[in-house]
Amino acid sequence: MSQALTYAYYPGCSGLGTSREYDQSTRAVCDALGIGLADIPDWSCCGSSPAHTVDHVLSAALAARNLAKVEAMGRDTAVTPCPSCLTNLRTASHRMADNAFRERTNALLDTPCRNTVTAKSVLQILAEDVGLDALARKVVKPLAGLRVAAYYGCIMNRPPEVMRFDDHENPMAMDGILAALGADVRPFPLKVECCGASYGVARRDIVARLSGRLLAAAEDVGAEMVATACPLCQMNLDLRQGQINSAGGTSHHMPVLYFTQLMGLALGVPEERLGLDKVCVSPRGALRAAAERAAAETAKGSKA
Amino acid sequence: MKIGVFVCHCGSNIEATVDTASVAGTARAFPDVAYATDVMYSCSEPGQDGIIQAVREKGLDGVVVASCSPRMHETTFRRAVERAGLNRYMLEMANIREHVSWIGKDREANTNKAAELVRLAVEKLRRNRALFPKSFDITRRVLVIGGGVAGIQAALDCADGGLDVVLVEKTSSIGGKMAKLDKTFPTVDCSSCILGPKMVDVAQHERIALHAYAEVEEIGGYVGNFEVKIRKKATFVDWSLCTGCGLCMEKCPSRKSHDAFNEGVGLTTAINIPFPQAIPKKALIDARFCRQFLKGKCGVCAKVCPSGAIRYEMEDEVITEKVGAIVTATGFDLFDHTKYGEYGGGRYPDVITSLQYERLLSASGPTGGHVKRPSDGREPRTVVFVQCVGSRDTSVDRPYCSGFCCMYTAKQAILTKDHIPESQSYVFYMDIRAPGKLYDEFTRRAMEEYGARYVRGRVAMIYPKGDRLLVRGADTLMGEQVEIEADLVVLAVGAEAAAGSPALAEKLRISYDKYGFFMESHPKLRPVETNTAGVYLAGACQGPKDIPSSVGQGSAAASKVLGLFSRQKLESDPQISQVNQRRCVGCGKCALTCPFGAVKMIDVRGEPKAEVIETVCQGCGICAVTCPQGAVQLEHFTDNQILAEVNALCQS
Repeated sequence: MSQALTYAYYPGCSGLGTSREYDQSTRAVCDALGIGLADIPDWSCCGSSPAHTVDHVLSAALAARNLAKVEAMGRDTAVTPCPSCLTNLRTASHRMADNAFRERTNALLDTPCRNTVTAKSVLQILAEDVGLDALARKVVKPLAGLRVAAYYGCIMNRPPEVMRFDDHENPMAMDGILAALGADVRPFPLKVECCGASYGVARRDIVARLSGRLLAAAEDVGAEMVATACPLCQMNLDLRQGQINSAGGTSHHMPVLYFTQLMGLALGVPEERLGLDKVCVSPRGALRAAAERAAAETAKGSKA
Repeated sequence: MKIGVFVCHCGSNIEATVDTASVAGTARAFPDVAYATDVMYSCSEPGQDGIIQAVREKGLDGVVVASCSPRMHETTFRRAVERAGLNRYMLEMANIREHVSWIGKDREANTNKAAELVRLAVEKLRRNRALFPKSFDITRRVLVIGGGVAGIQAALDCADGGLDVVLVEKTSSIGGKMAKLDKTFPTVDCSSCILGPKMVDVAQHERIALHAYAEVEEIGGYVGNFEVKIRKKATFVDWSLCTGCGLCMEKCPSRKSHDAFNEGVGLTTAINIPFPQAIPKKALIDARFCRQFLKGKCGVCAKVCPSGAIRYEMEDEVITEKVGAIVTATGFDLFDHTKYGEYGGGRYPDVITSLQYERLLSASGPTGGHVKRPSDGREPRTVVFVQCVGSRDTSVDRPYCSGFCCMYTAKQAILTKDHIPESQSYVFYMDIRAPGKLYDEFTRRAMEEYGARYVRGRVAMIYPKGDRLLVRGADTLMGEQVEIEADLVVLAVGAEAAAGSPALAEKLRISYDKYGFFMESHPKLRPVETNTAGVYLAGACQGPKDIPSSVGQGSAAASKVLGLFSRQKLESDPQISQVNQRRCVGCGKCALTCPFGAVKMIDVRGEPKAEVIETVCQGCGICAVTCPQGAVQLEHFTDNQILAEVNALCQS
């Protein structure tokens, strides 16, 4: 990175609330990697949840208001940690490629959106713009011995014609990042499966079944931790793990961290900037087991 | 010049929306028109007789028929004017059916347009001249490219018909895909038992010269006189000495070579004969795996070969064959299922292709006909078949139906039950397409007698669960999700054009579609001809086909070749380009643009000039429009003739 990377940054509403540790760790990791995140001034809702189920133009207008602000900042890339925000920002751009749609959208806005901004996920810029080699060189505390399953969630890569990032059935970006950090990344077959998403509110039984299946599959491949890239996935797998266990008669104890938190650990970011205490299932045990395993491995290596 | 105009009613096809009598009346005022009338059916026998009679009685020099498209009846009317004693090129057609009556309802406008089209035809005809075809000698030998069942059939039929045949096969044995199959639908008879004798016939036929492990490198010439360069790839074994004893295979220490014949199920030796019934039954060395080539030392096969046939220093050899016709039977390849990430993208060993499953079922396959899972060798209890993998799916750019997968899947479900009576098969399908003799009955047998459970819906995902595979899909008839724990998943991969098809098509100067399948001359009426004279198609190179259709096409192509060669000499179409060498400046643009290689540059008293090879020219006219000097003219479509038509239209 001869040149400093700077992006317009869109934290999304959950970044200020339920997934504060995702936002915190993203900022800390970018800081450690020399990536500048310029907050979009006066950003607003991305148009997620109710709006896009009711009216595509209205939903796009909510997203386009933010994209227009990025244009005003003189930037062409907006970065967000949240896949749901990403979907809405990218879907709005995709739809606004149609001039008639863009005109109808802009009619709702004070400042029209020219549709010149590309929204990307934090995962995408880390994997593509920073790159795995550069990342590996920055590691100070490798995640050696950590058996982890990379879980992308269902919308990070799909639909492919809108998201245009990684393989939509078998994405590898997060796997690659975690492996570059030294982790033992397990081949997780359900990496793009649904966690139940917002059904956590209306139909807890559905989330218990779908998220329970994810936890079981992660255990199946020998993972001791799940890395996620989505606030809603993290919440369903972590916060609701007790509900999942009681509904399914299981006894999962699977820490679920944001991949940025794991990156922070490997890059030597102080723990208090990563919000490790914000997750429900403590990662301490898994991290300790990994460290012990790594130490044993090193000892064996030096003996031989 | 005296021209006769015949305006056809085509029953009510034209007459309903065109006043043909009025068109004939208008035509009488056109220059040189000596006679004009309307006719009920001009193509009928009395219609044609009327034309002939008019030519004779009125002393006509040319005829305009205003009726249907020339694609329909130009040949008919050319014969009629010839019978009347005129040159067959003294005929013009005005298409007042497809271009007028069928596409417009306004009778007055239609009548005017029909009259204008007749006027064009008259103006063109006034500038027509008699053209005469030339005749040339032919080489009565045929090249068949591809030794699958279609190519075998074409070669045998041609040879039995008395022609010398050159059969070129890319791999080291003929037999193609059919040789890899265990059984065939809908009769469940043994594939190699019915194909084997035909393969032997090829080997023993005195009129067939077989070049296995060879590819067509270059094709020059034209119908009746092609010159073909064939690259005989180095086998590193002198096939004139090799007896096919197989001792080299027994002793070869390099036992981890890719087994192409067994579709990568199991491994083979670096020197190998692909399968026991191979024709020719000769060994060849796969240099990618041979220790002699990789490490520079080994030489075991050379030591053990009782006939001393091993030749490590062998190189490719290019030979030239002269033939008069070419049958292309290059077959198909299987869709690469690793494009489906949701089906594992090739990561799960127990998710296999249908052709790999054939090899597992086959008694001559790597497992001796015992169905064993590739991962652990265990016999599967639950087998899931997934249909339409790479068929009818626009997301992988394969919108077409491969046609035979429904049938072979039903066959494989039946065979699974035969091999493992306690097994249960599931078939996920979109629709069952079984339109053939005894085909639908066969799929019903798979369900009703063999208990295969058919689930109508797509499989969404396959992923490992323990040492089994979880197959998740939709049952669209029940409207619910289905999950099946399977021991083995067989993907019914579709057909796609054989690798290298577009390159071969360009050598043959034939067309291919966007998927690489070769284009026939007419999808219904000329299914085995191409638009290059003397080049014919057989089998799945034209589109996915099952065995009966491929064999049928092999015979059809052979009959076309025999028909072509039944003539003493061939006639060339005189509607070809001619170069006026006084106007030609030798720029060579025509030679560059000609898609058929029919223009060559020659030296005329020190100056370069273009010359058209009459027998190669297909009369497309590209050179004529390319020539900046107007020196190239397409006979029967000269600039003067076309401009006369334009003038007639624009000035009337």
